[in-house]
Amino acid sequence: MTRSEQRTVSTEQRTNKSDTASESQVTIERSNTVPPVEGAPDGVITLKDLEVFYSDFRAVTNVNMSFGSREITALIGPSGCGKSTVLRCLNRMNDLVPGARVEGAVAYHGVDIYGEDVDVIEVRRRIGMVFQKPNPFPKSIYDNVAYGPRVTGMKVSDMDNVVERALRGAALWDEVKDKLKQNAFGLSGGQQQRLCIARAIATSPEVILMDEPCSALDPIATAKIEDLMVELASTYTIIIVTHNMQQAARVSQRTGFFTAEADDKGQRTGRLVEFDTTEHIFGNPSDARTEAYITGRFG
Amino acid sequence: MSTKTRDGGRPDSGGHPVAWEGPPVDLTAQSPRIGEKIIKAVLVSAAALSVLVTVGIVASLFAPVAEFFTHVSLGEFLFGTEWTALFGDKFNWDDKSWGVLPLVTATLMITLISLVVAVPFGLGAAIYLSEYASPRVRKIFKPILEILAGVPTVVYGFLALTVITPILKPLLGIEGIYSMISPGIVMGFMIVPTIASLSEDAMSAVPLALRQGSYALGANRMQTTIRVVFPAALSGIVAAIVLGISRAIGETMIVAIAAGNMPLFTADPLKGAQTMTGFIAQAASGDTPQGSPSYYALFAIGALLFVMTLLINMISIRLVRKYRQAY
Repeated sequence: MTRSEQRTVSTEQRTNKSDTASESQVTIERSNTVPPVEGAPDGVITLKDLEVFYSDFRAVTNVNMSFGSREITALIGPSGCGKSTVLRCLNRMNDLVPGARVEGAVAYHGVDIYGEDVDVIEVRRRIGMVFQKPNPFPKSIYDNVAYGPRVTGMKVSDMDNVVERALRGAALWDEVKDKLKQNAFGLSGGQQQRLCIARAIATSPEVILMDEPCSALDPIATAKIEDLMVELASTYTIIIVTHNMQQAARVSQRTGFFTAEADDKGQRTGRLVEFDTTEHIFGNPSDARTEAYITGRFG
Repeated sequence: MSTKTRDGGRPDSGGHPVAWEGPPVDLTAQSPRIGEKIIKAVLVSAAALSVLVTVGIVASLFAPVAEFFTHVSLGEFLFGTEWTALFGDKFNWDDKSWGVLPLVTATLMITLISLVVAVPFGLGAAIYLSEYASPRVRKIFKPILEILAGVPTVVYGFLALTVITPILKPLLGIEGIYSMISPGIVMGFMIVPTIASLSEDAMSAVPLALRQGSYALGANRMQTTIRVVFPAALSGIVAAIVLGISRAIGETMIVAIAAGNMPLFTADPLKGAQTMTGFIAQAASGDTPQGSPSYYALFAIGALLFVMTLLINMISIRLVRKYRQAY
């Protein structure tokens, strides 16, 4: 499916697709089902009244949005607007931050991933993540890719095959096939980031979260990662946080614009200002703040 | 003027600006900056001091050791299994046996016992503090651990002799009041803080990004610790263990008090046996006239200790290089 076709897929079609996906893939306890958000497209992940606190500080509030299956959704906004915080809620990486607390619901195929019976390992196996700075383990290229399947106890009959498929999927195989046993630190920054993508897709996730994946890379490596993202979107649901608005415009089908505004007490809390198709956000934004941001007049 | 090029409109300069034609600037030092030179001299001498002391130790060992080996062959010293340096006539070389092996085996045996205790407990404590403990617990725990490293070794020696040995005696059937196992265990306690504290530093220095990468792939805390943090910190952990070994080999007070003064060539940890440092403590504090055979033997054993520690350090540098995982 080409990108332009993807953009025209209607909400209804997407709903059908994600429904069948949920039938076949989801085995998480279904006791914590969350009703869909009104008005938002019914997607793989739906946020309902999401609110995140770091101890007493309310970092983000009132986020209602939904991420479509096999789409790229970009989260943009000025620094400190909470977009990375929202992203890290989607696979419970905020669990690792002492004092972090999440209110509202993050529904994955209708199941709240913050529900009581949910196993965080199951969540992270289905919702992978790529970080801002390439963070390969100080191990061989092969062991980096095999790490996820090994630690999650995936039943793998042929690990070599899994590693090759993941590396091919991340468009890295041809560059590294002769040096799989070499340390991953010998790779260039862009190659390391593609290795991290290969590592993430080795566990066969449905969703890949990317937190400014190109901010540490040069323009050529960035272009490669962007091409890769578009390619991956035919298989995976991708949610990307980026500071680079051209990048959001180039790769994504939907864009959410966040901003943080100080309240009476001077506390800055991030909010989702506008969430729509990328075309709409960049061509004809509804909110004046969005327009100011994307035209570079603010942030 | 609008046609002026970047070099001021002089096409013959080929893109480069023309040579400077104004008055020259003075770039020489405007003050002698003596303070800076003094500071540098002080720092250089501080760095040189430790090197000079090491060189001085080696040099002062050289003459007495050479004298020792004119009377005792290197083969007898290194491979002989009987050590009776303090027996018989003080100034007679020939009525004594000079085989150092009993002292070396006792040293290595006690070191090994101490490592069997210290490595698991030290690494366990390091993993707990670095990966599991909350910041608050770590803040309280680590200084306490480091206090343990500051307890005088003579206290550990008496702990071995008066507490550990009586406890082990009925359990293991130790004869007499001396054994190698008791000072070995206590020495292990003594090294735990060294290994724990240095390993914890090494593990805490592993970037958070690596842990996050591991958690994001669905790993739990133990998997992240064992498969990512531990290998990445391995060079620091090896260095911590090597420092522990060096301390154990050089430790004197504990063994002098609790291992006894009998050089005994045995692999039985329940028996007491004198170590190399134990012999040095006994001979140096006893009646050893200058120029007597046992006086020279002190230097020979000192030199052997020096060589052993040097070897361990060299091996550890190689190990650290081999396992170093840059991140």
